[in-house]
Amino acid sequence: MVPTAHYVILSALLFTTGVVGVLVRRNPIIMFMSIELMLNSANLAFVAFARHLRSLDGQVFVFIVMAVAAAEVAVGLAIIVAIFRTRATIDVDELNVMKW
Amino acid sequence: MGELIAFVVLGAIAVAAGIAVVVVRNPVHSALFLVVNFFCLAVLFLVLSAEFVAALQVLVYAGAIMVLFLFVIMLLNVAGVFESQRDPLRSQRGLAVCLGLGLLAEVLAIAVSGAARLPSGGGTLPQDFGSPTLVGLLLYSQYVFPFEAVSVLLLIAMVGVVVLTKRSV
Amino acid sequence: MNHSFVPKAADMLVVGPETIVAAAAMLILLAELMPARISKAAAPWIAALGLLASFIPMTTTGISVRTGFSGMVVTDGFAVLMKAVLAVTGLLTIGFSTHYIKREDLDRAEYYALVLFAISGMMLMASSANLIMVFLSLEILSISLYVLSGFARTQPRSQEASLKYFLLGSFASAFLLYGIALVYGGAGTISLAGIANAIASEGAARNPVLLAGAGLIAVGLGFKVAAVPFQMWTPDVYEGAPSSVTAFMSVGAKAAGFAALARVFLTAFGDIKVDWMPALWAVAALTMIVGNVVAVAQTDIKRMLAYSSIAHAGYILVGLAAANQAGVSALVFYLAAYLFMNLGAWAVVILAGRRGEAGTEIDSYNGLFWRNPGAAAAMGVFMFALAGLPPTGGFMAKFYVFSAALQANMVGLVVIGALTSLVSVYYYARVTVVMFMRDPEPDAAPISTRGLLGVTLAVTAAATIYLGVLPGQLFQLAGLAQIARP
Repeated sequence: MVPTAHYVILSALLFTTGVVGVLVRRNPIIMFMSIELMLNSANLAFVAFARHLRSLDGQVFVFIVMAVAAAEVAVGLAIIVAIFRTRATIDVDELNVMKW
Repeated sequence: MGELIAFVVLGAIAVAAGIAVVVVRNPVHSALFLVVNFFCLAVLFLVLSAEFVAALQVLVYAGAIMVLFLFVIMLLNVAGVFESQRDPLRSQRGLAVCLGLGLLAEVLAIAVSGAARLPSGGGTLPQDFGSPTLVGLLLYSQYVFPFEAVSVLLLIAMVGVVVLTKRSV
Repeated sequence: MNHSFVPKAADMLVVGPETIVAAAAMLILLAELMPARISKAAAPWIAALGLLASFIPMTTTGISVRTGFSGMVVTDGFAVLMKAVLAVTGLLTIGFSTHYIKREDLDRAEYYALVLFAISGMMLMASSANLIMVFLSLEILSISLYVLSGFARTQPRSQEASLKYFLLGSFASAFLLYGIALVYGGAGTISLAGIANAIASEGAARNPVLLAGAGLIAVGLGFKVAAVPFQMWTPDVYEGAPSSVTAFMSVGAKAAGFAALARVFLTAFGDIKVDWMPALWAVAALTMIVGNVVAVAQTDIKRMLAYSSIAHAGYILVGLAAANQAGVSALVFYLAAYLFMNLGAWAVVILAGRRGEAGTEIDSYNGLFWRNPGAAAAMGVFMFALAGLPPTGGFMAKFYVFSAALQANMVGLVVIGALTSLVSVYYYARVTVVMFMRDPEPDAAPISTRGLLGVTLAVTAAATIYLGVLPGQLFQLAGLAQIARP
């Protein structure tokens, strides 16, 4: 059996990738996908810990997180579509009405 | 041994796909790499005896959520010219990578030093660990309140999407 | 395992207020089946009735400690008082929204439904006894607020505020979630009582996985209350979102975030106080300094109030950093006082503004006294209160927070708090001076105060002064705000 620590390290790698993605990219859709990457790394940690603890609680959390992610995606993409309707760019750096 | 091979191969692909999501220019490619990442995680969930969660991962995440992403990218139809071609602030990029590496080092150190002392359930894993039956029973008994709260959340999201995008009310 | 679960009345009572508020929100949505004229007119009244009705379960449970739904939720003195603060926030929000959303052409029933949904999430946050409930209630309130920030959906500024709030908000949620995952691994459970037990008995306290989890949770919640260094979204979002929404979230989201922070850190992580108190000390100090110093340079009243709200988050953090009962009571008192003075100030901003979010430069408050003496006088009261000058609620709130910090031997923090309050007098006084001492622009018309907006102004101003002159009653109530130790 692969030790739980390995899975935690993998999830940490994915989480960091997501964090760097949000900080480096300026395209809201890619930033948003990086956030999904972070949520998924948390799910991996939950599932690995659930097996380690012999407790199904962790798997239920993943179920709940997926529903939350679905709600977030729906609203987030709606915001992006609403912006795109009034102007032709969704690069965060080009949204100049306000300072970032 | 089988688990180790699966872990190494899938883990490597997952990390590579994750990095690709962040570095490629075209959002469509990003989305496809994210799907690859989600599939790898789904198989890892299976390895971790979470069959129900693995199925949901494919159906909900890789299926529904990513299709929504792709749909919106295609709808906006500017995949190639999304991001400004001028270089984003160099210093910011460097800072972000440093921050990320720092965070990574910290989390790794923590995982390595702390994982040995994690509380453990002990004993062997039950045969049907992670089956839809057991997860479902837990969901509808102990976790019934969060489950109901999620339904409110989905209602809010639905109302929100209509409010934000419907052309005239 | 308990294989069937039927919610009992006792379970429902624990989450009674949030259930009633969410039900009222759904009723508003259903009412839209009626002709638009009727449903639009009915929405604020349904919302107000729902918020008033939410006081019934609060008075029924009182300060008794009850848990419900397999220990997912808990009610105690702290939860009930926070819910009362949130319900009053909701009522006042409705009070200044009716006029505003008509003027800005946002008059749709969903506005009130989303405000109510957000409040139910905030209330649930004060009652969460499990980290998964903290995450879920945070998402309920955040998603409602993302949509509300973008409610003026044809206005670029509102859209951008919504996008920024959404991206940084979900970024913060992801940190919170990863923190929860690490705590789950480190403690073996994520119920607050279970974590406290694990820390007390099994020596999980020194496990770096658990400590890292606690840190990430603090980062996630710190974003929500706009603590430095996680405040960068605040000015832009507060400036771009519709004013009534900004007012609502500057109080509501803050109160909910602090409720969760206080409950999680004082119960689950209460035994490892020594690890997080210094970090909180530093964050509180930084938040007070950055908020107040940057506010001085602002020329737009919405941005100024945004930095002011960051600064006030710093003062509330002082109460939390004290990590004692006096600190918790002071935190509740501060939020109650802040709710009146801050919502009052925003009500004046709404009154003095013009269609299209115009007229928010501080210069456009020149001679407000000659255009509407009542509003100018009320604004003067709110500015005094926000600066923490007697005889207003703001002064008493700061007094209680600082005395809690002194009990915990945090003299340095109190000194920083007092000095930054002095800085804040400058920018609050500037608004007052402009209103009373300068002449209005020649083309500025008198502003009339009508209807609910006027009532809201009168209530907030009266409450602000009342809390400064006779703080005893509320202080006694705040003393009951005890967080149940699991």
